[in-house]
Amino acid sequence: MNMEINIELVRALYIGATVLFILTLGGLSNQETARKGNIYGILGISIAILATLLGPHVTDNFLLIFVLMFIGGSIGIYLAKNIKMTHMPELVAILHSLVGLAAVLVGYVNFMDETISLKGIDGTIHNIEIYIGIFIGAITFSGSIIAFGKLSGKINGSPLILPGRHWLNLALLVIVLFYGYMFTISGSINDGIMPLMIMTTLAFLFGMHLVLAIGGADMPVVVSMLNSYSGWAASATGFMLNNDLLIVVGALVGSSGAILSYIMCKAMNRSFISVIAGGFGTESEGTAQVNVEDQGEVTAIESAELTELLLSAKKVVIIPGYGMAVSQAQHTINEIAKMLKDRNIDVSFAIHPVAGRMPGHMNVLLAEAKVPYDIVYEMDEVNADFPNVDVSIVIGANDIVNPSALDDPNSPIAGMPVLECWKGKTSVVLKRGMATGYAGIQNPLFFKENTKMLFGDAKTTMDAALTILQSS
Amino acid sequence: MIIGVLKEVLSNENRVSISPDIVVKLTKLGYSVQVEKDAGLKSNFTNNQYIEVGATIIDSPEGIWQSSDIILKVNGPSESLPDETAFLTGDKTLVSFFGPAQHLNKLKLMARDNVNLLAMDSVPRLSRAQKMDALSSMANVAGSRAVIEASHKFGRFFGGQITAAGKIPPAKVLVIGAGVAGLSAIGTANNLGAVVSAFDTRMEVKEEVESLHAEFLMIGRNEDGSGSGGYSKEMSDDYIEAEHALLKSQCKKVDIIITTALIPGKPAPKLITEDMIEVMKPGSVIVDLAAQQGGNSAYTKKDESININGITIIGYTDLPSRLPAQSSQLYANNLYHLLNDLTPNKDGIANINMDDEVIRGMTVIKNGKITFPPPPVEIKAKKINKTAETKSILINKSIKKDNNDFPLFGFIISLLLLIGVGSVAPASFMVHFTVFVLSCFVGYMVVWNVSASLHTPLMSVTNAVSSIIIIGALIQISSGNTLLTGLASLAILIASINIVGGFAVTKRMLDMFRK
Repeated sequence: MNMEINIELVRALYIGATVLFILTLGGLSNQETARKGNIYGILGISIAILATLLGPHVTDNFLLIFVLMFIGGSIGIYLAKNIKMTHMPELVAILHSLVGLAAVLVGYVNFMDETISLKGIDGTIHNIEIYIGIFIGAITFSGSIIAFGKLSGKINGSPLILPGRHWLNLALLVIVLFYGYMFTISGSINDGIMPLMIMTTLAFLFGMHLVLAIGGADMPVVVSMLNSYSGWAASATGFMLNNDLLIVVGALVGSSGAILSYIMCKAMNRSFISVIAGGFGTESEGTAQVNVEDQGEVTAIESAELTELLLSAKKVVIIPGYGMAVSQAQHTINEIAKMLKDRNIDVSFAIHPVAGRMPGHMNVLLAEAKVPYDIVYEMDEVNADFPNVDVSIVIGANDIVNPSALDDPNSPIAGMPVLECWKGKTSVVLKRGMATGYAGIQNPLFFKENTKMLFGDAKTTMDAALTILQSS
Repeated sequence: MIIGVLKEVLSNENRVSISPDIVVKLTKLGYSVQVEKDAGLKSNFTNNQYIEVGATIIDSPEGIWQSSDIILKVNGPSESLPDETAFLTGDKTLVSFFGPAQHLNKLKLMARDNVNLLAMDSVPRLSRAQKMDALSSMANVAGSRAVIEASHKFGRFFGGQITAAGKIPPAKVLVIGAGVAGLSAIGTANNLGAVVSAFDTRMEVKEEVESLHAEFLMIGRNEDGSGSGGYSKEMSDDYIEAEHALLKSQCKKVDIIITTALIPGKPAPKLITEDMIEVMKPGSVIVDLAAQQGGNSAYTKKDESININGITIIGYTDLPSRLPAQSSQLYANNLYHLLNDLTPNKDGIANINMDDEVIRGMTVIKNGKITFPPPPVEIKAKKINKTAETKSILINKSIKKDNNDFPLFGFIISLLLLIGVGSVAPASFMVHFTVFVLSCFVGYMVVWNVSASLHTPLMSVTNAVSSIIIIGALIQISSGNTLLTGLASLAILIASINIVGGFAVTKRMLDMFRK
């Protein structure tokens, strides 16, 4: 290869790639620039890969690399093209696991590579970097696999509460630290491989346990937390390889995931620690029962009455939740929204930050159904407007529209900001039955006098409503 | 069980108790419905409409009385020609307006055999019972119709206009008493374009009035006239004097006055006195919705429209019947909600459950025995709301407090950590560490700007980007050791799935976001 470029040029190109990655994240600040941002990202990673390939480190196996990347790329394209938008959380989770696994592999290779030999403090730091890199990678890997299982329904979504689970985690951590010490003082590869493999196994278990203990409603936090971990894993690998590009990109991704986790926790008014510690809806059983006495009765209606309500309204707000994703009702809902708009009824969508199983889940589903994004609003933009709303349609959402979050200090979700749809004239709640949400608490909204319940599968009832709208 | 719908016998009554669309719903509850011939004609419901939805048409009222188990009516049973009270025998159930307190004699007369009598005007004022509160439904219609009656007599537009021929000022409407009827009148007058103000002794309705874009008139005194059950209580003399002054000054300004003030069990308060009517502009109209109870205004004559010095005073008491289709529709809905509650199993068998305080309140004769008056129902709703409000304020406060704390603890920890790292780490590590910390902050700053709707694309793109880890594997693939090359190859493979998959799915999602 006479195209080879020197290490300084590679570094310069890496800087270019870094800038492009920052622009990628910056581009996502609004919908107009987001597509450009994605292109910056593709450019950035292409430059980084090309620079590496042409650089001094890669000397042979070019064909192998090409074949591998071609196969991997084809699989990636296939996944991306065929995934249903409702299954996005699963895809994101499984992709996270791949980053984690790659970090583990790279860590092992780096450790077993005999050409790298560092002495003294440099060697110790390098060993610590390898150890941490593999640890985070392994947690990301197994945690994401479990998250994937939970999101796709292959594993039961309810939290797994092992007896003394906090002590178990602590014990695992202590053992990991102990083997970390053993590993850093080991002089040779043969001495080090054993502690490293024990730690990797423990980290796998740790990751699994971590996610198993978290309930379904906290999934948005878990997914964004794993997103963050995959970044930190890349960053740790960067330290290990003395590669600033990896460090920067890992840190960008890591902090991005951390912010998302923070936003999600904030939206549920819970601390990050309490989410990670897991077991939502089980610890507060005693208090959750407090406010059941004055519930009263619900008023059930049929699709026909919903359409009448809608047609006589001036302002309609649609509040989607995970139930909309489950029943795939988003297309029907968009059709209904369009028909109402044609009749000069003001229709908008209100999205709670933790609606769905992933940050921004609902936005993506609505976008898929071609709902224009300028009528999709965030909770803070809408909440003050509810007194002017004639009809709010709540589709498969529960905890995010629960008034007891505001007025019942004993409620497990007390203080969580919610969409205050009950302040409007009428709320229609689409629900399969009277089951509680993930938080396992009763929702006083259903019993309010200006709330109507429309029982049944959201897709079926909305289809019926659409047919009536079309014929009227 | 069979439900019978009677034609009303009062000559000026245009309503009917059940509309055809409610017949469908009653059938779903398991009842069969029979309707007296021409019962719905005055409300524009034809016999054929009833037949189409499965009801049977019966020619005579006697036929309905004899063959039905539950008889539905609007007005209470008449005593004179035809004597409807005599027909209620056996274990039949009658549901209609009745006014048990005013018609105690009739009540005693009817308590025989095993009959049941449910009075639609005795629905307890509980929020749960609102769906069957026929008085509210009728008050709603009456309030709206009152405005229409007023505009009929008022020789001008309600809405203001600026025309080539000159300017037309909007009519000024004053609504006294902001109950269901008052609020309905406010809404209708507003929709016609009038400038509306409202007066009520109960301060709690101020918000409701203002939410309908009307001005709430206040006397500069702190006496709240809220009584129990949503009605007002009688006020002190001082207060009445101040109220008089306020209303008199209003009478000079307004064109239309609609009065809806009632105090339960007492004659309606005289709010508009002779001296006030004297100062009103000729052509003004007063609609007195309290005419049945003696009227809020001087000169009011029940069921008549009179003219005093150019001021029209309307005392109609049949306003709901003047919008018959609407009133019948609402009344039928109220009846349906009642029957729905009486038939929990949807098996067409009505069960008058005296443990249900709503049903208990309405039932004035049960199994031939008078059960009126019912034990009082206490309403504590207001109180509960208040405590809830303070609680929510407390919750909000505790949230705010968390936000305002300076993160001193975290600050010290980070400082110690930095010192710790700096004292042991070699120079090369510190270079990377600097890059790391700064990147974290760049990421922090950039990601806060990401729109919430793009959080999913953000995750998929960061996921693709974090596969930059492929570079590590690329460097390692040339190590020469087969095992290492194998592991590195695997890493390259899965990282490329991630890169391509991540970017492609992000593109797919972003392409969906459209204005």
